[in-house]
Amino acid sequence: MIEKTGVPSKDLIESIFPDKVVLKKPKAIIECYKEIPCNPCSTSCPFDAIHVPEDINVRPEIDFDKCTGCGICVYNCPGLAITVMQLQNGKVSIKLPYEFTPLPTVGEMVNVMNRAGEVITKGEITKVQLTDKMNKTALIHMVIDEIYLHEAITIEVKHGR
Amino acid sequence: MRIKEHPILTFEAKEEIQFYYNGERIVGYRGDTIASALHAAGVKKLSESIHQQRPRGFYCAIGNCASCNMEVNGVPNVRTCITPLEANMDVRQQVGKGRVR
Amino acid sequence: MKRAEFVIIGAGPAGLRAAKSLLDAGAKVLIIDRSDLLGGQLTKQTHMFFGSEKQHASKRGIDILKLMVDAIIEHENLEIITNATVVGLYKDFVIGYVKADVYYKIQADSIILATGASEKAIPFENNDLPGVYAAGAVQTLMNVYGVKPGEKVLMVGSGNIGLIVAYQLMQAGVEVVKLIEAASHIGGYLVHASKIKRLGVDICTNMSVKRALGKDHVEAVEIWKLDAQWKGIEGTEETLEVDTICMAVGLAPLTELLQQLGAEVKYVRELGGNVPVINQQFKTSIDGVYACGDVAGIEEASSAMMAGEIAGIEAALSRGYDVENAANRLNELREDLSNLRNGPHGEKIRAGLAKLGVL
Repeated sequence: MIEKTGVPSKDLIESIFPDKVVLKKPKAIIECYKEIPCNPCSTSCPFDAIHVPEDINVRPEIDFDKCTGCGICVYNCPGLAITVMQLQNGKVSIKLPYEFTPLPTVGEMVNVMNRAGEVITKGEITKVQLTDKMNKTALIHMVIDEIYLHEAITIEVKHGR
Repeated sequence: MRIKEHPILTFEAKEEIQFYYNGERIVGYRGDTIASALHAAGVKKLSESIHQQRPRGFYCAIGNCASCNMEVNGVPNVRTCITPLEANMDVRQQVGKGRVR
Repeated sequence: MKRAEFVIIGAGPAGLRAAKSLLDAGAKVLIIDRSDLLGGQLTKQTHMFFGSEKQHASKRGIDILKLMVDAIIEHENLEIITNATVVGLYKDFVIGYVKADVYYKIQADSIILATGASEKAIPFENNDLPGVYAAGAVQTLMNVYGVKPGEKVLMVGSGNIGLIVAYQLMQAGVEVVKLIEAASHIGGYLVHASKIKRLGVDICTNMSVKRALGKDHVEAVEIWKLDAQWKGIEGTEETLEVDTICMAVGLAPLTELLQQLGAEVKYVRELGGNVPVINQQFKTSIDGVYACGDVAGIEEASSAMMAGEIAGIEAALSRGYDVENAANRLNELREDLSNLRNGPHGEKIRAGLAKLGVL
């Protein structure tokens, strides 16, 4: 399905998530489903948690024991294919990459999208990071209900510039 | 149709340049090509096909396809997509293959 | 007649990197480009590049360009002529170019062609209407000149260019109404596809344009489903209100100058059309003439940079320059290049290079 529409199947999505117990701490969720020649997720990781071998076409492998959920790979991934997710008190805290203007603001309730581009719920923005080293890819922190763990992927772009 | 806000790029305010399109005064920016300035001003039709006079516009933006050829300061077949805009340029839609004056 | 030792035609990623290799070797270099900006297609690549650190992965194309230009621009052995179109290339290595309506001639000892490629079009009714634009051209209009191509766009083609430009249109505040693809599967990287799909852009495979509608410019487009033979199916038409149809349907190498020179050229479909027959050194069938980047086969900017560096080193060596650590560096570059082409997305280029006998 993903090769026709860009939307990964439920099985595919579930295959990249660790067990819910692991997600009590923030972990990078890598949605790199097909071999492409690329390895910045691995080289940018300060904790040696993501591995791509010498043949950079091989898909990245993540060691959830080493991953701290820092989010550095999120804004270094050229495919914007990584998020960080954490389960806390029935909520999911997400860090996602965002390259649109205007940026959302802290406290704002935004429309949350699934992988098919449909609005599924509202999320509360808790932090917006954009420093020089992030080179124009902002890191948006957002909290949503736990039931959307496997569905939420990004936020709606505000139009009307 | 200028982009005002962009997440990656900054389009700083540039010097305005006046030029003429079919005799009409139009404003572009320093750094524009003739074609980008015309497009920003809403002019999409840049030329006409030689035999059937079908409207033609911008296509390749690398000076390769001839779809944007216009008469500039009396010189026909100027590739407007790669020619920098200059003040007071007289830009005209050319007729057919153009005439060398 | 003015003489130059090495002339590079085209200041894109391949040409600029070839220049760096030659300058490092101590040679004198003249670069000619028909645009007024250095960088070719890199001038508008606002996305982060793939590859590994050696190829500046994760940096944006425009930032990589800045690094490449900064690395050579002050060099005393470098001369650059922009806004100049090379219109003639002759057997005695005389290069004729036009700048501001004046024709100049220059004779070179060695020539590196890095002329790149031009975007293809596909046939449909009214495909010549203003508003039907090549995707790379739209990218130039937006990202170099800050001008929107229109307000509502249909993107045609799901290769990396189509997917990336669709995303960049959205970043510029333009609505992408749909992306269609004639083949049964998305052609580019799935991460790029997912990136626009999750923002609400539908990607439809087995679909193409039936015709554009409008008098003086595009006002709408009729698309339809294709059967297994890529023939439109009557009754499946759908009309979309758009003012722009963006064509991302492939590139063709710009080999005209090489053909004028009499270099051997071969049609290789996988490489985009007519390409020069080159060897491992990126040398054409004519001694002293090299071709690198998209002109030698459509690929990525990252591979063009590596090809340019190899061509530059080989051209320097061929004229007796001493290139420090040349053998090791060439080996490393060739390995990196083959690594980049190693995955499923490199299949086409590998098949094409095999036909040329350089793989």
